[in-house]
Amino acid sequence: MVPMGRLARAGPALGGAALAGAARLLRVPRRGARPGADGDAAAPARWEVVTVDRPAEQVLPEGRWPEPLRRLDGAVEVRVRPAPGDRGTELAARPLAGVTPPTGLAAHLVGDDPGLLVRRTLRQIKQRAEAGEVLRADRSALDRPEVHG
Amino acid sequence: MRALCWVAAGELAVREVPDPELRNERDVIVRVRRSATGGGDLPLLAGRHPLLRPGDVLGAEFLGEVVEAGPGVRRHRAGDRVVVGASVACGGCWYCRQGLHSCCDNAHADLPSADPDWVRSDAGCFGRPRAAGGFAGGHAEYVRVPYADVSAFRVPDAVDDVRAVFAADVAPTGWLAAELGAVRQGDVVAIWGAGAVGQVTARAAVLRGAARVLVVDRHEERLRMAERHSDAEPLDYRRTDVAAELRDRSGGRGPDVCVVAVGTPPARSRADRFGGQHADRPDALREAVHACRKSGVVVVLGGTDGFVDAFPLGALTERRLTLRGAGRPDLRDVPMLLDRMARGELRTEHLATHRLPLAQGPEGYALFRDRADGCVRAVFTP
Repeated sequence: MVPMGRLARAGPALGGAALAGAARLLRVPRRGARPGADGDAAAPARWEVVTVDRPAEQVLPEGRWPEPLRRLDGAVEVRVRPAPGDRGTELAARPLAGVTPPTGLAAHLVGDDPGLLVRRTLRQIKQRAEAGEVLRADRSALDRPEVHG
Repeated sequence: MRALCWVAAGELAVREVPDPELRNERDVIVRVRRSATGGGDLPLLAGRHPLLRPGDVLGAEFLGEVVEAGPGVRRHRAGDRVVVGASVACGGCWYCRQGLHSCCDNAHADLPSADPDWVRSDAGCFGRPRAAGGFAGGHAEYVRVPYADVSAFRVPDAVDDVRAVFAADVAPTGWLAAELGAVRQGDVVAIWGAGAVGQVTARAAVLRGAARVLVVDRHEERLRMAERHSDAEPLDYRRTDVAAELRDRSGGRGPDVCVVAVGTPPARSRADRFGGQHADRPDALREAVHACRKSGVVVVLGGTDGFVDAFPLGALTERRLTLRGAGRPDLRDVPMLLDRMARGELRTEHLATHRLPLAQGPEGYALFRDRADGCVRAVFTP
């Protein structure tokens, strides 16, 4: 089971309120979660996979999980293999068994699909490796005091 | 700052909105000098995007001056006059490294509410809904430009703003069409649509050595423009049998390359669709497929709502046609096009039929949408 100290590092990605939901996402045994690939609730979750256009030693420096993925240590399993055609590295992850839908804000963010958090994490790894940074959205007008014209 | 915002279906307004700010190390902030209307904005204007929100700023084609640069920017500094490609692209993913910037894997903004999707590319663009991962558009006083070293290009002094603004989208799209069609010396090229992109496609085909370039439309002023500025032969489909004319002018073979650049068709009502009623113009795509020579290439540029019924698949397979498509241009051709603009080989300023202050943005879009008063493109100055 993942210690809370490690889970706390998920804060920057999801926000504090989401963190509590994310903790439950990782700790509570699966019960009625989205079924696996074949519609069988007991089946493992489907792999989420992304191709990163960089060699494996850049995607996983010194064989270690990169930072956004490290936050999910103990909650996901990871598979790495070279992509055919010199296209870099195929990086796959899926939630370990024992995952249940989150509650609170986290549920609002990821719904009943634990794979969403995994997909977002993989996407951030890909962006960091290929673009050097995670592309942030324009600040919403709702984030700032509104100016009327 | 002031910006042209979407308010509701069919309604735009110039409003005061917060200034943009640097959000990533590779961003720059551009003070806009010119921005142009584009066909891709029309479905948004009509309210046909589910994630569009009131206050979203439109405008995918703009030019301006860098006023602020993030610490990761290497090629630009404050004061540079730049044109910004319509596609947001990272420059480092597999697609970007192939020159396919419009397919960039990393062009969507990271939003907690959005489900990452590897295959979509429509939102990695200026003037597209923020909720879809898009970025505020160029019909504004200032714009944030992500990945500026990849997306922004310094404009040669010899190219004025109104010519150069079309290097953002119109010119690279037209050039891409000729490239996708693999237009070569001696080809006969037919283009449906004499709008801005169709006209640049015609010019690109001429520059690539096409022997004949024919442009099909019904707007006389656009056809005259294509004839004058692109050396194209005009065909008014209201007055001539286009298929027969194309056969005649290609020695009975049919055009080697057919490009469909008719823009976004008007939405049809369900009643019209079920009743078998179609838009009042000929179906350009079907006509292009039937007209193209055996083993020729048909290129379709953007502008569809996703599904087209009654596609002549039999003609495509029996006659071994190649069908290629593009919704947005890549960035790799922008420097070359700016050089051609500087040498006078590619002139685009005539496309700016209506030059208006940004405050008249809603009127400019109404002219552009309705093709009224001979409008090809409205260009705004903030």
